[in-house]
Parts: sequence; structure tokens; C-alpha cells
Amino acid sequence: MRALLSLAWKSLLNRKGSVLLTLFAVALSVALFVGVDKARTGAREGFGNTISGTDLIIGAPTGSINLLLYSVFRMGNATAEISWPTYEKLAARDDIAWTVPISLGDSHRGFRVLGTNHSYFEHYKYGHNEPLRMAEGKEFDDLFDAVIGADVARELGYTVGTEIVLSHGLGSDFGSGHENRPFRVSGILAPTGTPVDRTVHVSLEAITAIHVGWESGAKNPMSDSISTETIRSFNLTPKSITAVFAGLRQKGTILRTRREINTNKGEPLMAIIPGQALAELWSVTAMAERALMAVSIFVIAVGVVSILTSILTSLNERRREMSILRAVGARPGHIFGLLTLEAGLIGFFGASLGIVIVHVLIAIAGPLVSERYGISLGGTGPGLFDLGVLGAVTLASLLAGAVPAWAAFRRSLADGLSVRL
Amino acid sequence: MSDAAIAIEALRFAWPGHPPALDIDSFTMARGERLFLRGPSGSGKSTLLGLIAGVLQPAAGRIEVLGRDMSALSAAARDRVRADHLGVIFQMFNLVPYLSVTGNVTLPLLFSPVRRKTVGDDAEGEARRLLDRLGLSDPGLLNRRVSDLSVGQQQRVAAARALIGGPDIVIADEPTSALDSDARDRFIELLSEEAARTGAALLFVSHDRSLASHFSRAVDLGEINHAQVAA
Ligand SMILES: Nc1ncnc2c1ncn2[C@@H]1O[C@H](COP(=O)(O)OP(=O)(O)OP(=O)(O)O)[C@@H](O)[C@H]1O
Ligand SMILES: [Mg+2]
Repeated sequence: MRALLSLAWKSLLNRKGSVLLTLFAVALSVALFVGVDKARTGAREGFGNTISGTDLIIGAPTGSINLLLYSVFRMGNATAEISWPTYEKLAARDDIAWTVPISLGDSHRGFRVLGTNHSYFEHYKYGHNEPLRMAEGKEFDDLFDAVIGADVARELGYTVGTEIVLSHGLGSDFGSGHENRPFRVSGILAPTGTPVDRTVHVSLEAITAIHVGWESGAKNPMSDSISTETIRSFNLTPKSITAVFAGLRQKGTILRTRREINTNKGEPLMAIIPGQALAELWSVTAMAERALMAVSIFVIAVGVVSILTSILTSLNERRREMSILRAVGARPGHIFGLLTLEAGLIGFFGASLGIVIVHVLIAIAGPLVSERYGISLGGTGPGLFDLGVLGAVTLASLLAGAVPAWAAFRRSLADGLSVRL
Repeated sequence: MSDAAIAIEALRFAWPGHPPALDIDSFTMARGERLFLRGPSGSGKSTLLGLIAGVLQPAAGRIEVLGRDMSALSAAARDRVRADHLGVIFQMFNLVPYLSVTGNVTLPLLFSPVRRKTVGDDAEGEARRLLDRLGLSDPGLLNRRVSDLSVGQQQRVAAARALIGGPDIVIADEPTSALDSDARDRFIELLSEEAARTGAALLFVSHDRSLASHFSRAVDLGEINHAQVAA
């Protein structure tokens, strides 16, 4: 076996050019497959890790995936809000232990602004129930204090004390609204690998304050004349909020609580269980994922078939070699083994190269992707999955190699020692 | 009859779909003998060697190699006999292109534990000794790709390969037909010497009857083969 392996190896080296081409074909096909899977699991893990410990998310009636996406992942927009009195009623419910009201809609240089209160820092958890940690400074205290996520600080170079201006809506251009009410960075959160890193947090009152003069939906030209001091004296309790994160006193009541909220008399509400909504999201994307995986498996199959073809086409010019091997004592089984091993080696090294390519790409592009999309691409290095792919591709290659090997086996039986060239 | 290297009795063979190529009543070659087998092209010389080497199976008759009835053995056992006891030299293209010169010489050792044991640990050294005796001592030559060697050099590498590990029989199928007459005579001399030294029987096949003088005995295949050969 060792002897055959070394023969196979030398034979491949002798045909470096064509073998390398085949090997690259396999490598690229495997890279595509592994890459697709890394992106998929990375997205799932990233999303799954974003929120934990929150039992229910409550918002105005919409699709549950939509509510999840805009409240947790800052994707898309709320179409309606919850009025403050309704929120207060929710917060006062016996079965609800805590609530975090959030208000979305503004932005700062491309980063979303989230209005909330101190309970956010206490109750919002991510990953395995990890709380938010302040890396620098402290939570917002003054009306115009802001707590920024780690990415915001890093990308914009902000430190505690930096003055920032929010803009109305989600446009990233400056001067679109709130420059008359500058904020001061009071704290910077430690990195979480979630959308929190890309969020500017201010108090709910601050959200109300910067919208004084915006009651009509557009800026009232007179509003700039209202001094900040005057605003501080207003009652800044928000009229409405975007959504509520809630924790229950007893997990067992979750379905009943949800039903009661969903059938709320008065203002219509919708409560979702984050894990369930996420599962719903995955069931929507599963079709596309499966299609993508199927395509990449076919691409691998093409790669493996190219191994078969390359060995099969080399067979004629190697007929002489086979009869030499037979003459020095090789059994037909050796000929068969030699060719399957060659195929297996191409498959093995092709798949290995493909996996290395993916991991190198992840190492290079991973930080960029996680920055842009909050998805960490399993940067933990090759894992069991990669090993499985390596094994499966090697096995498939060995099987594919059996086709030319069988042809050579049959031929070596028929040829005898004299090969007519 | 077990003292014979090769003993053939009432052998018949036909390629599938063809008329009989060989029909030999009797043929023997003693151990250590150096025998010249002559026959025109297409007369079935290579076919006979394939049968002796156990790569082909006769339709009828008996082929004993070193006292073993080849047709009674399993295919695997025949392959084993060939690996352990036979050395084969072809007309040309004898060498595996992706192996070094010494790699080609030591190739039979991969398939024969018996010959591995005979040669001992220093297979490379033994290969070089054989090559040296066959006139290939230039170290630069040993590092060349085998396809870059001259045909005469290639044939001597093939001879070294056939001889390594002390096989009992060396079969040479027209090994000199691609060589000029000087190289041819020199090759036959060296091969005979080495076969004599290791005690191997040498079955040398050629259509060129002028070579018969190099050997102790010559047999004409046409005389022992009763099949109607189309050639
Ligand atoms: N693999 C094969 N399949 C079918 N017929 C074959 C095969 N090999 C040889 N033959 C036929 O068997 C006969 C004997 O061929 P063989 O090669 O044994 O002759 P030879 O004496 O070695 O000739 P040469 O001197 O040209 O090498 C020829 O008619 C040839 O066509
Ligand atoms: Mg011939």
C-alpha cells in the first residue's frame, strides 16, 4: 500500500500540469461548497447570538420576521408604533418582570440610533446570556448623552466626550436635521459581535427632545429658535415607542402572555418569541440555502468527474507503464489500486486546498464581513465539517477513480505483456 | 522435470476471436541455461513469453515454471511467481517515466518480498552496483530522467531491473532490436555475463538469427509451434 501510494504520488508529480489543473478545479468546487456553508452557519450563529434572555418582543402588528428584523437587527423599518400609555400598561402586567422600550428611526453617519432607557443596559443580553459591558465611560445620564457601540467608536474614531450630531431618518448625509441638538458620547460599549456594536444609544427623552419642532413629520423652521434649555424644561415623555423587549416572571406563561398581548383590547399589539421568529426566518431562507447547497454539491461533482476524465484520458499513454508494472510482478489489483489512489490523492489535496482557500479568505475578509453584516464566519479554523467534506470528497474521488482503474484493470488482463502501441 | 526452469507440454493458446497462435508439444529450458528463441515477427514469441510469465492463460496444456504448474495456480499465485522469480526486458519503452533510474531498477522489489529480502536493506546500492556492472556508472546519468536516456542506456537499466534480487529466469523480448550492432553485441554480452553471475536462466527472444551465436542453445519457434500462424 505504501509502495503504491509512493508510485501514485510520483506518477502525479510526473503529470504536474494537468494534475494541478484538475486539483484546482476540485479545490475551487470545494471552496465554493465550504464557503457557502460557512456563510450559512455564520449567519445563523450570528443571528442566533444577537439576542438572548428576552422572552418576548412586542410591537405594532406586522409580520413576526419583520418585527424581529427591525427591532433586533436594525434591518428595515417599523410601519407603526406603540403608544406610550399602552407600553405602560404592558410594563405593569403581573406576568412581565421587566421591559426595555426602544425607539428607532434616526441615524448617525450610517449607524442607527436607538432610544431606550437604563433597563436596556441591564436586561439586553446576547450570546450565552452575556450582558452589555461598558468599555469606557458610563451610561447616558444627561439628556444629550449618547452611548455608542464598539464599531461606531472604532470606525468613526470617537472617544468619550466626542460631540456628535444625529440625523433625521436613516440617510447618512449630514445636515439633515438634528444639528441644532448635538450629543456628547458618554460611554462606549465593549464589542459584542451583534448589531449593538453598530448602534448609537440615547435616552427616550432625547429622542423626543430632538424631535421638538418635527411634530408634523418635517422640520418646523421655527424649531431652531427653541433653546436647548427650554427643551430641557419640557415634559419629554415619548408619545410612542417602536417596540418593547420583555422578560417574564415565569417562563411557563409565555404562550398565554403572548396570546393575551396579541388579543389586547384597545391598541392592537403583536408579541413574538425571538427564537421562534428566527426559526421562521430560517425556514424562509432554507429553500434558498438548500438550492445553493445543491448547486455547490453539483459543482463538486463536476470537480470529481474532472478527476475521472483526466485519469481516463491519460490511460492510453500509460498503457505501456501498466504492462511494465505487470511484468515486474504487479497484480491487476495493484494497477487498480494505483489509479484509484491517484484519483484519491487529487481529491484529497484538491479538497484540502479548497478548505485552506476558504479559511484564508475568511481570515482576510472575515473582519470585513462581520463589520458590514454582523456575521462572524466561523473564524475558529477548520472544524469537523471541513474534515467531513475532506473525507467525503476524497472518498468520492476514490470511487470516481475506480472507473478508469477498472478500465485499466480489464485492459491489463487482456493485454498480456505485449502492448501494441 | 522440476529441475527445469521452464517446461512446456502440449500447450495451446489462442487470442480471443483468433485462430490458435501457439500449439507446442514440448519445450524445456534448464535452470541457468542461456537460450535463444528465434522466430519471425508475428510468430507468437511475445505470446509465449506472456504465457510463461503467467500473464496469459493457456487454453490447454501445461507450463511449468521452476516446477510450478502455472495453469493450476490462481491468477494471484501466478503473479507472485512472476514477481519473485522472473525478470522481464521488453523491446523498448521499458521504463516507468515517472521513476528515477534507480527507482526503475528497484521497482520489482515493491512487488516481491522474496527479492526484497535477497537484496537486503541497501536496495539503492544494489541497483547502482548492477548498473555499474552494466556500464552505467556515471552518477550524472543516474540523475537524468529515464526518458532522456539513450535507448541503449534504457535497455541496460531494464536489464538491471530484470536482474535485481536474483530472479531464477530472465526473459528478454527482442531487447536489442532498437540498438545498433555494436551496442547490441555489448548488451547481449553484459546481460549474459550478469545472468551467469547470478545463476539466472536467460530466455532471449529475437527474430534476428545472427544473434544465436551468443547463446549456448538456439530454438526456432517455427519448428516447435504447430499452429498455423498468419504472419
Ligand atoms: N493482445 C492481443 N490480442 C489479440 N491478438 C494478439 C494480441 N497480441 C498478439 N496477438 C496476435 O498473436 C499473434 C502473435 O503475436 P506476438 O506478439 O506473440 O508475435 P511476435 O512473435 O512477438 O511478433 P514480433 O516479432 O512482431 O514481436 C499475432 O498474430 C498477433 O496479431
Ligand atoms: Mg513480440
